[in-house]
Amino acid sequence: MSPLRKKRMYLVMLLLTAVSVATFLIIQAFNQNMMFFYSTTEVKSGAAPTDRDFRIGGLVVNGTVKRADDSLLVSFDLTDSQTPVTVQYTGILPDLFREGQGIIAKGQLNGNGVFVAEEVLAKHDENYMPPEVADSIQKAQMAQTEMPAMPANHKN
Amino acid sequence: MNIIAKWYYRLGAPNWFYPLAGKMIPWVAAIFVALLIPGLYMGLVTAPADYQQGESFRIMYVHVPAAWLSMFVYAAMAIAAVVALVWRVRMAEIMIISSAPIGASFAFIALITGSLWGKPMWGAWWVWDARLTSELILFFIYLGIFALYNAIEDKQTAGKAMSILTLVGVINLPIIHYSVVWWNTLHQAATVSKFDTPSIHIDMLIPLLLMAAAFQFLYLLLLLMKMRANLLEQDLASGWVKKIVFERQKNLKK
Repeated sequence: MSPLRKKRMYLVMLLLTAVSVATFLIIQAFNQNMMFFYSTTEVKSGAAPTDRDFRIGGLVVNGTVKRADDSLLVSFDLTDSQTPVTVQYTGILPDLFREGQGIIAKGQLNGNGVFVAEEVLAKHDENYMPPEVADSIQKAQMAQTEMPAMPANHKN
Repeated sequence: MNIIAKWYYRLGAPNWFYPLAGKMIPWVAAIFVALLIPGLYMGLVTAPADYQQGESFRIMYVHVPAAWLSMFVYAAMAIAAVVALVWRVRMAEIMIISSAPIGASFAFIALITGSLWGKPMWGAWWVWDARLTSELILFFIYLGIFALYNAIEDKQTAGKAMSILTLVGVINLPIIHYSVVWWNTLHQAATVSKFDTPSIHIDMLIPLLLMAAAFQFLYLLLLLMKMRANLLEQDLASGWVKKIVFERQKNLKK
């Protein structure tokens, strides 16, 4: 490389370094604002704001979904596998809403520590497979969890 | 003259690039169609429905390749920007300005199809999470590059300014890719582009890869066409364009 081109190359690298450092600092400063939702543990420990709406995210706990008979009121527990938080919502839930599903709700905590949501979004994960494969994986997992409970002489 | 230097000067010469690109275009178009048809057929017909999302997941066969290409095009432009700034190759600037509208289109398609996918699955057309916002910023950077080049009359200055802006914007690429890792997002994490094995069934993955390859050739096809058009437009008064026009006219008279 000629000296002139070398100099230009250094300038290009200097530019890239400067932009990277600046962006890193900006991201550091705004890190909390770039989180789309708070986990249930963060909400319980008081990390979430109390004076304005925020989003809470977690998995719907099995067997906690209760629907009112005469209205669209539904209540369910969300968990990040450590701390559960009860969520109340009046309205139509997204199609993907089900027990065990990742859910993001927007709203505020009331005085009893219940999260009153005005919007519920469903989050799907990065796994894609046909229903038959999902079934067989679930069966295999259930078989595995049942294994230790079985008497040793049943093994063959 | 060694081989690299020879290619270097040839690629920089419009009178050599123009007819070569013209010869490549039908072949690239043929490969694009040959990949697109089986990709679309397998994706929309033979791939099994998803266990969670049912038939709706099939929109990924447009959404994911478009999103990948919106980032790939930018990465290619950033490399061209280094070449343009350090070696002062005019053809690299032509490549950047020809790529910008194509990349913007891919980003736009990714945003629109993502919105159409988000409404039935998430329950929202749009949310301001890190992945969606950073992809929207990419779209605006493309428009900015395009606008900056066209706002400056002197094309040598315009090319330099555009190359610098392209390099500044490249920082957005890792942010888009890692946005789903660094922050809580509504958007899912990576299915294919990660170090682990892809978490997608092989019958669904093959059409996705076919579509991604098809989109790559679509980009190459559009790029060659746009570069030819931009070269003609900028060099209207130069000798090599006059020669091409002259030869065309001679062929017409025969």
